[in-house]
Amino acid sequence: MESITSLLAIALAAILVNNFVLSQFLGICPFMGVSKKVETALGMGMAVTFVMGVASAVNWPINELLNKLNLGFMQTVTFILVIASLVQFVEMFLQKSMPALYESLGVFLPLITTNCAVLGVTLQNAQKGYNFGESLTYGITGGLGFLLAIVLFASVRERLEFAKCPKCFEGFPIALVAASLISLAFLGFSGLKVW
Amino acid sequence: MNVKKQFSEGLVTQNPALVQLLGMCPLLAITTSLFNGLGMGVMVIAVLTCSNVVISALRKIIPSKVRIACYIVVIAGFVTMVDLLIKGFVPALSSSLGLFIPLIVVNCVVLGRAEGFASKNSIGASALDGIFQGIGYTVALVIMCVIREFLGAGTFGAGLLNNGAGFQILPTDVVALGMVLPVGGFLTLGVVIAVVQYFMSKPKKNKEVAK
Repeated sequence: MESITSLLAIALAAILVNNFVLSQFLGICPFMGVSKKVETALGMGMAVTFVMGVASAVNWPINELLNKLNLGFMQTVTFILVIASLVQFVEMFLQKSMPALYESLGVFLPLITTNCAVLGVTLQNAQKGYNFGESLTYGITGGLGFLLAIVLFASVRERLEFAKCPKCFEGFPIALVAASLISLAFLGFSGLKVW
Repeated sequence: MNVKKQFSEGLVTQNPALVQLLGMCPLLAITTSLFNGLGMGVMVIAVLTCSNVVISALRKIIPSKVRIACYIVVIAGFVTMVDLLIKGFVPALSSSLGLFIPLIVVNCVVLGRAEGFASKNSIGASALDGIFQGIGYTVALVIMCVIREFLGAGTFGAGLLNNGAGFQILPTDVVALGMVLPVGGFLTLGVVIAVVQYFMSKPKKNKEVAK
């Protein structure tokens, strides 16, 4: 029972309280770059969730192995290599076996290698000393938090297109101001405790 | 002449953070005090310059199909070195930047310059490009830091100047705490970029209209 509540706490923290994008500032580049339309944002969010889950699961045994061999300082290099090859592999696998899913996620997959949320989640798993189940939960729910943030942001941004604002604020700056307001809303979750 | 052009591109016209909009994550996350910002800037300059030199030297050997993976390995190597050096010599900086030091690996500025410049140009030019783009990025970091620290904590240079205490400019009971929270990060960057766009569009108004 205790393990379930602790997993729930991790999940809630990753999605709402310590949202990857809005309070930890991980994965800002795709958050700003691929959020012009809700559909593409949804695709990107799903692809990121998928890769974050798989990367957490794969990097956990690798981290254990590195610790056994006293090669802890190689963490960053190893993790990013694993993520890069994983993304490549997932792309090839989806192309062969699930062409429909590949069609919808395909364009975003190569971008995910340089998404700092993915490397961030694996490094955090290692830092916090999570076990396998906790790492997997943190990875998937962290991705869901990213999905929530990017979809919310995209729907705000679609409306921003038609809003009147000073010339110099057009485009990127006004989007950042909108992101700051969403982040302010998420700040409200920071007092949330599970029990 | 070329050096001059690279210099002005890196610092102003092609500033990696404020014009090319790369490397947003650290720009928003760690710019809460001048100490953090300068530390991050110096690390990015070091990593960017070293990785630009190595990638430029290897540009004819690296096969184009796996080039991104190769770049990432080179960058990750330098980031690990910087990470260990900072941990050893400046532990205060290491603990305040935390996760964002290893995350320089996926900083788009570094990868962007590797792909966009170092893979096509000579070693010397790439080294200069690394230094200038790095300085441009640092300038952006410092601007963000100074604004956020002043409005959010009322200080200037905390952790760096005046024996680490910084100079208290605003009294602590009038500061806007939100500015050092995530909210203030997004807001400040939005306003700073808007100001940059305002001044950039002035001299070439006609071009902007055509766009």
